[in-house]
Amino acid sequence: MNILRARSGAVAYSKSQLFFLVILRVSIGWHFLYEGITKLMNPDWTSYGYLLDSGWIFEGVFQAMANNPAVLGVVDFANAWGLVLIGVSLILGLFSRPAAIGGIILLALYYLSHPPFTGLEYAVPSEGKYLWIDKNLIEMLALAVLYVFPTGLRLGLDRFFLRNNKY
Amino acid sequence: MSEKNNDKLSQGRFSRRELLKSLATVPVLGAFAYAQLRKTRYDRILNSSILDELGISQKSDQKIRPLSKGKKLRLGIIGYGGRGKYLLRAAGFAEPKWIDSVKEAAMNNSADKRYEEYLEQEDLNIELNAVCDIFDINAEKALATAGNPGRKGSDSKPEHEAKRYKTYRELLAADDIDAVIIATPDHWHAPITLEAARNGKHVYCEKPMTWTVPETYAVREEVKKSGIVFQLGHQGRQTESYIKAREAIARNILGKVNLIEVTTNRNSPNGAWVYDIHPEASMKTIDWKQFIGPAPWHEFSKERFFRWRCWWDYSTGLSGDLLTHEYDAMNQILDLGIPKYASSSGGIYYFKDGRTVPDVLQTVFEFPDKELSMLYSATLASSNSRGKVIMGHDASMELSNTLIIKADRDSTRYGDKIKEKIIDPSRPIFSFIPGRKKVDAVTSATEQYFAGRGLLYTYRNGRRVDTSHLHIREWLEAIRNGGQTSCNIDRGFEEAITAHMGTIAYKEGRRVEWDAENEKII
Repeated sequence: MNILRARSGAVAYSKSQLFFLVILRVSIGWHFLYEGITKLMNPDWTSYGYLLDSGWIFEGVFQAMANNPAVLGVVDFANAWGLVLIGVSLILGLFSRPAAIGGIILLALYYLSHPPFTGLEYAVPSEGKYLWIDKNLIEMLALAVLYVFPTGLRLGLDRFFLRNNKY
Repeated sequence: MSEKNNDKLSQGRFSRRELLKSLATVPVLGAFAYAQLRKTRYDRILNSSILDELGISQKSDQKIRPLSKGKKLRLGIIGYGGRGKYLLRAAGFAEPKWIDSVKEAAMNNSADKRYEEYLEQEDLNIELNAVCDIFDINAEKALATAGNPGRKGSDSKPEHEAKRYKTYRELLAADDIDAVIIATPDHWHAPITLEAARNGKHVYCEKPMTWTVPETYAVREEVKKSGIVFQLGHQGRQTESYIKAREAIARNILGKVNLIEVTTNRNSPNGAWVYDIHPEASMKTIDWKQFIGPAPWHEFSKERFFRWRCWWDYSTGLSGDLLTHEYDAMNQILDLGIPKYASSSGGIYYFKDGRTVPDVLQTVFEFPDKELSMLYSATLASSNSRGKVIMGHDASMELSNTLIIKADRDSTRYGDKIKEKIIDPSRPIFSFIPGRKKVDAVTSATEQYFAGRGLLYTYRNGRRVDTSHLHIREWLEAIRNGGQTSCNIDRGFEEAITAHMGTIAYKEGRRVEWDAENEKII
C-alpha cells in the first residue's frame, strides 16, 4: 500500500505527500538555522537598525525595544538562538510542531514590523516591493501548513521521543 | 502498519526500521555544517586576502585621552547667533530653555536621546566669563547660557554670572578671560582674531578664517607672532572616517589620484541662508554701526543682519561657507596645500531675493605638482545628494560619516584579484563604519545604508560624540599643554587663500593663479 500511516493511526499521507512535506520542513529549518548562525557568528550583529526602521502601527513598540539596551540585548539573544533552535528542530523533526509555532511567531514579528503595505517605506534593502503578501508571510503560512500536516512522527526524531504522542 | 506493530511500539520496543525513520533527516544537519563551514572559510579568505592586500588596520582606534588636569580656562564668546549657540553647547553651555525643550522631547519620545547624551558630554573644565553680541536678545541669551554650567533647565537659578560687553575690543581687553570663541559673520573674523592675538587671547574662530585676501596674511602673521593657540572651526578634522581615509591614502590603496569631486547640495530656506528674522529686531536692539564694521555702509536692514551670508558685503558665499569644509577635509586627507589655479562658474539662478552671492557654484582647483584636480560643485536649490569622491587609478573612495572604497574595474594593482574573483569591483573592498567594533571588507548593505543616512555618528571609546565638541576640546587641550591644533593657523591660511581664489575666479570670470614663491594671488 502506498500509504504511510502515523503510528497512532492519524491521517495517512501518500509517499509523495510525505516526501514534499518533509522537504518543506527541512528547507525551512535550513533557512532558519542559517539566519540564526549568521547572526551568532557576527559579533557586530544587532537588530537595532531593523527595529528602528519599523513601520505601521507597531512602529512605536519596535522602536522602544531598539532604544532600550536591556530589552535589545534580550531581543537579539532570543532572536538569534530562537532561529537556531527552530531550525534544528525542523530539520531533525524533533518537537517539530512547537518549533513551527515558534517560527510562526518570529515571522509574524518580522512581518508586523515591516508589513509590505502601500505607502510604507523601509531602509532595509529588499529585492523589490511586495503588495501585502511577502516572503515572510509565505514562509509563515508554510509553517502553518506543516503544523496541521505534521511529519515529525513519520520521518523525524519525534517518532522516537514522542512515540506515545498522538498527532 | 498493523495493530500489532503499534502495540509493540507503545511498549517501547523500537525496530531498526523505526530507528531509521526517526533519524532520516539527521544527515541534513551534517550537510548544513559542511556548507556553513565552507562559506565561513571562503568569507574569511576573501576578507583577509583583501585586507592583507590593503594593509590597513582592522581596528577603529580613535580614542580620547583623558582630559588633562589643569586650571579652569576662562572663556569669552563673540557672536551668539546660530553657530555660536551650537559651539557653546558643544563646549558645555546650553541655554536653560534649550535644556527644557530637549528634556520635554525626551519625555514625549523615549527615542529622543539628545538630553541624555548632552548630560553625558564631558565637562571641559572651563567657565564662560564674557559675552558679546550686538543684538540685545542674543546677548541676553548668551548670558543665560553662561550662567548654566550645570546644564539645568529654566526652573533653576543661574550658577554663574558672566559680563556682557558692548564691543569685542572691551571683551578682549578683559583680564578674566584666557580664550575666545569667535562666531560672528565672516567680515568680522579677521579683525577680532587680530585683536585677540594682540591681547594674547587664544582663539577658536569659525570658518572661513578671513573675509579678504590681505587679512589672511595679517592674521597668520599676528597669530604666529603672538604665540596664541589658534583653532579654525573645521570640526570635520575630528571625523573618524576622515582620519581613516588619510590612512588609506597613505597606504596608496587608491593608486594614483587625479580627480577629487566634492559637492554640497541643499534645498531649504535655512540651507540657502534665508534665516528667520527675530520679531524684536530693530534699530534699538541691534548695534547696526558695529555690525557694518569693515563692510561698505548700508542703511539698517534686518534682512542683511540675519541673512548676512547672502551678501558679499559680509560673507564669502558658497566658497567660504561650504566649499571650505570640503576643501579642508581633502586637505586633511591628502595634504593638498594651496592650489596653483582656480576657475569658477555659476550664478544666482534660483533665489531672486536680492542676494549678491551665487546659489549655484562650480569651482575647479588645479594642483599640477600633485597632478590632480579638485572639483567643487554646489546648488542651494536641490538636495540631490552627491558625495565626496576621491578617484584613483586602482580604486575610488566615497566619503561621508562612513568610508567606502571600491576597486576600479580596470585597476592594475587589483587586476589579478579581480580576475580570480577575490575582488568584486561592484562591492566595497574596504568599508569603515564608525562605532563598529572593526572594519570589514564584506559589509552588509543594510549597515551601509544606515551609516550613510547619518544614523551612526562619530564615535570615541565606543560612545557617540559631537565633532564640534571634540574640536573645541582639542583646542582647550592645546592651550593647557602646548602643542598644535589640527586646524591650526597654517591650515587656516591654506583654507582662506583657496576659498578666496575660488571667489575671485567667480567674481572676475578668470582663471586665478597662486604664486607660491611670492605667496601672492595673481
